[in-house]
Amino acid sequence: MSSLFPPETPKPTPKVADTTLTVQNLSVDYVGRRGLVKAVRGVSFDLAHGETLSLIGESGSGKTTLGLTLIRLLPRAARIREGRIVYRRDGDEFDVLALKPGELRQFRWKECAMVFQSALNALNPVLRIAEQFEDTAKAHGTSRTQETSQRALELLRLVKLDPERVLHSYPHELSGGMRQRVLFAMSLLLDPQLIILDEPTTALDILTQRAIIDILRQLRQEMEFSLLFISHDLSLAAELADRVATMYAGAIVEVGDVYETFYRPQHPYTMGLIKAVPTVTGDMQALASISGSPPDLVNLPPGCKFHPRCAYATGRCREEEPILVTVAPGHLAACWYAGQGGVTP
Amino acid sequence: MSSLISLQHVSRTFRQANRIVKAVDNVSLDINEGEIVCLVGESGCGKTTTGKMIAGLLRPTGGEVLFEGKDIWAMGRDFKRYRQAVQIIHQDPYASLNPVHQVSRILSAPLLRHGLVANQAAVPGRLRELLGIVDMTPPEDFLDKYPHQLSGGQRQRVSVARALTVHPRFIVADEAVSMVDVSIRVSLLNMLTRLKNELGVTFLFITHDLALAKYFAWQGRIAVMYLGRLIEVALTPRLVNDPLHPYSKALLSAVPEADPRITRTKQRVQLRSLDVPSLLNLPPGCNFHPRCPLFEPGVCDKVVPELVDMGDGRYVACHVIAK
Repeated sequence: MSSLFPPETPKPTPKVADTTLTVQNLSVDYVGRRGLVKAVRGVSFDLAHGETLSLIGESGSGKTTLGLTLIRLLPRAARIREGRIVYRRDGDEFDVLALKPGELRQFRWKECAMVFQSALNALNPVLRIAEQFEDTAKAHGTSRTQETSQRALELLRLVKLDPERVLHSYPHELSGGMRQRVLFAMSLLLDPQLIILDEPTTALDILTQRAIIDILRQLRQEMEFSLLFISHDLSLAAELADRVATMYAGAIVEVGDVYETFYRPQHPYTMGLIKAVPTVTGDMQALASISGSPPDLVNLPPGCKFHPRCAYATGRCREEEPILVTVAPGHLAACWYAGQGGVTP
Repeated sequence: MSSLISLQHVSRTFRQANRIVKAVDNVSLDINEGEIVCLVGESGCGKTTTGKMIAGLLRPTGGEVLFEGKDIWAMGRDFKRYRQAVQIIHQDPYASLNPVHQVSRILSAPLLRHGLVANQAAVPGRLRELLGIVDMTPPEDFLDKYPHQLSGGQRQRVSVARALTVHPRFIVADEAVSMVDVSIRVSLLNMLTRLKNELGVTFLFITHDLALAKYFAWQGRIAVMYLGRLIEVALTPRLVNDPLHPYSKALLSAVPEADPRITRTKQRVQLRSLDVPSLLNLPPGCNFHPRCPLFEPGVCDKVVPELVDMGDGRYVACHVIAK
């Protein structure tokens, strides 16, 4: 792989050797009629090799924009205002935002594959699945058809599909869950190191969703890739994530180990989300909504962007925006009162 | 005991090209006044079709829908009274509210149409009252708004207020909170619960989300549908904690939970097949038999199981469990 595009600045340091992705202070705006829509604001995070990070947050929190920025698939109206995205493989470093068109094409899919929410729209309706596997391989410089089809067979079996049947089908002949599994298989075709899943199970039925979750868990055990998992559904994060990052109004407001985040949330927004979701197991629990609605991304409130909805907001929250600070080992929160015992759920 | 709504062997088929799709097959269910019943199931199981038949929007192709004991399609004059008594709230408020009408017009139309206000002058007062009931205060902020100027949650509140204009006794809520963001879903559910407690409205709550069903219908019953048939009906705490039908068990065990310890240690029911049969080509006997872990050849693939009273308030349609 390293021969594909020679590294410009190879500087592997022991500290970041097993970090696949580093995002530093990334900000993305959309140019809208009413002004700049601040979709992503100063986002920084690391994704370790083989790690699963789940991005949670409501619609409009910037999760999908962040995912699209990582593979530079943003729509025209978007502007990357600032920030850096560093991708590493085998000790080499690549500045994703500086990749030239040819390199970018190789980076996508071969290094980083993204599976979108709507599996039907992501597949070409007039090509059989086998042809789509071949196209993908060809577009990325692998021309050995024999090898590709062999690999396609293996991958389809891995996602519990009948390869013979599926390869000769058109997308419309497959169910939603099958199409989603085809996309997973296809995303793994070129053995990428990083996979981004955007709401991978949202439109699926419970039993299909369960099958997909189990397949993802199994794939993670059998193959080595990092997973960035975007979902508004907290239960998927609870199932699959090693770490969870909560996004609100374009910024990461909390990030930590999955157990830490669920059992000792530090940001009032994360607490609110957890308290708003019922569980099936166990007795009836008291639930509460978060009052108010998400902010207008064109006219963000001053100070902490969550303060208009926060029950604990003080004068300071209305004026100064808190930054992420460490509240426990590996657990960061952007709240003036996080980790001080000042906020209790 | 007479039920407010009673489904008696209700079926509904649709014609697709030259084939017949059986969306709802021989469903019987009684719903009493003041009760909350949740109809749960996966997409295509017929839960929305059932809701529409209860609301009188679709006519059954077999069986009867009774309102206070009378067949709604043979009511004559009383049909109008039934229509006002039973309202439906749809999943997508953006599609069910007229985009070019302001909230005031959306809500006043049914009031005027059905003569539910003494005169035009009484309309504003009633509108304020309705918006107050759905927690849209102060009402003045919302009366002049168009649907696109409201958030998803607010739009759904307007849909509820519109349903309330005609003083319904029964509301069919079809995935009414599914399109709303997680953080405000609960406030909508709590508002609906309040309507039940304060106005005595009876609810049929249709959802694919078992956790929501549990939360909303804890005091009521859950009815589980699979491929057009009711397969289990029980009091909510019973059904959630101790389901009987293998499909209910599979569903409950498959749901991911927003709690890492619970969700990662749950015992899962393994199905024999992942594929959902097509409604155009349903398996013989029990619909669930090709996937069922309890499948017994010769019975399950031959005879359609009836919903059997298990004697403890639970009803289940399974040859193996009911033995």
